[in-house]
Amino acid sequence: MTITHQFDYIKAKSVAHACKLLSKKGDHRLLSGGTDLIGHIKENLATPDSLIDLKGIDALKHLSVTPSTIKIGALCTFSDLLNSKEMAKYFPAVQEMAQTVASVAVRNRATVVGNICSAVPSLDSAPLLLTYDAVVCVVSSKGVRKVPINQWFISSRQSAIRKGELVCAIEIKMPAQKHGATFVKLGRYRGEDLAQASVAVVALPRDRYRIAFGAVAPTPFRADQLEKLLNGKQLTDNLVGQAVTLIPSLVSPITDIRATKEYRTHMCQVMFERAVETAVARLR
Amino acid sequence: MKVSFTLNSETRWLECQPNQTLLHALREQLGVKSPKCGCERGDCGTCTILLDGKSIKSCLVLACEVEGCEITTLEGLMQSGLTPLQKAFLDQNAFQCGFCAPGMVIAATELLEHNSSPNRGEIEEALAGNLCRCTGYAPIIDAVLDLVDNGGK
Ligand code: FES
Ligand code: FES
Repeated sequence: MTITHQFDYIKAKSVAHACKLLSKKGDHRLLSGGTDLIGHIKENLATPDSLIDLKGIDALKHLSVTPSTIKIGALCTFSDLLNSKEMAKYFPAVQEMAQTVASVAVRNRATVVGNICSAVPSLDSAPLLLTYDAVVCVVSSKGVRKVPINQWFISSRQSAIRKGELVCAIEIKMPAQKHGATFVKLGRYRGEDLAQASVAVVALPRDRYRIAFGAVAPTPFRADQLEKLLNGKQLTDNLVGQAVTLIPSLVSPITDIRATKEYRTHMCQVMFERAVETAVARLR
Repeated sequence: MKVSFTLNSETRWLECQPNQTLLHALREQLGVKSPKCGCERGDCGTCTILLDGKSIKSCLVLACEVEGCEITTLEGLMQSGLTPLQKAFLDQNAFQCGFCAPGMVIAATELLEHNSSPNRGEIEEALAGNLCRCTGYAPIIDAVLDLVDNGGK
């Protein structure tokens, strides 16, 4: 497939430069990994006037770690997550998630920030970022704003980003205490498949839980009602059973080429049960 | 626009439109034919090359993005003859039509660079983005395993 659409290509020199280019009239898109965007341009789903390549901006590269936060820069790829010692130490479940993203050659290129900017319902990084209360750092020529991740996903393929803005990083607070976490994804085969359903569970001491689902609603979401049900109670088979019966009323999956809504709903229940078990076992 | 980069340890440059993909630039402008043109949407892996030492799908990269980068294709890997990995594939008769071979070789080369003794699961994981329509994968994975068992020789 040759790209028929014509556009300009500009390599941004700095974040300020990128913001300036973005604020010009027209459809300007930011380019980092391009694994989504180039595909969209090929299929004429995106017809930008220009692409602003961020890859030359050092300030957006890699992961930075402070005692209080871990910051995933806009150019940080899924492979960078997998290669990070800090991720391995503090957020092994994030690596577990990164490992499920497409294939090595895509992980080497695709960025986490690009993933949340796509805002597709099935995006792999969302459920864990939701359970960790990540914060999205956005800049524009007007300044910086921080958006909590649970306010980031507005609807399918639509995030809270505004025209002229650029996501420079995702911040995750360092865990204040020991926790157990897991990410479970349902796909048809290893390689390139999108999630049909996914769930992230974080288990904290004193019977507290954070739970999020992906690919089974217009946006990935935190399952507040499940958390409310489980929090503060001792985890018994009975309690988990109650949670499982609640799940069909919380998810609203669609039927498409990859799976039916009934199957997705059923699998959410199965995966939730397994994820809670794993997260709790990891807390110990 | 003019783009210059290192291709298989040689400095090369080309004149391209911003909408030219790296895959097309390599094959049609620079005559490097090992990366194949399969799905052209990032699904099949036969266009895989090494960009700054990491495997990427060249159908999802624009030629203008690689200014100053280092690109390695099979032509570069085998500058002094077949690599031990390629020999293993050959000895085991691992491919049929061979269309998937360039991607498989690049992906397995990258794996062996980081992990000299991968197990079957790790090999499967590393090759996962490369589709093969002929073999059912078993001989390809077996060949890599064999190479590992023989100490990479
Ligand atoms: S041609 Fe690039 S992945 Fe298929
Ligand atoms: S050998 Fe024919 S596609 Fe793999």
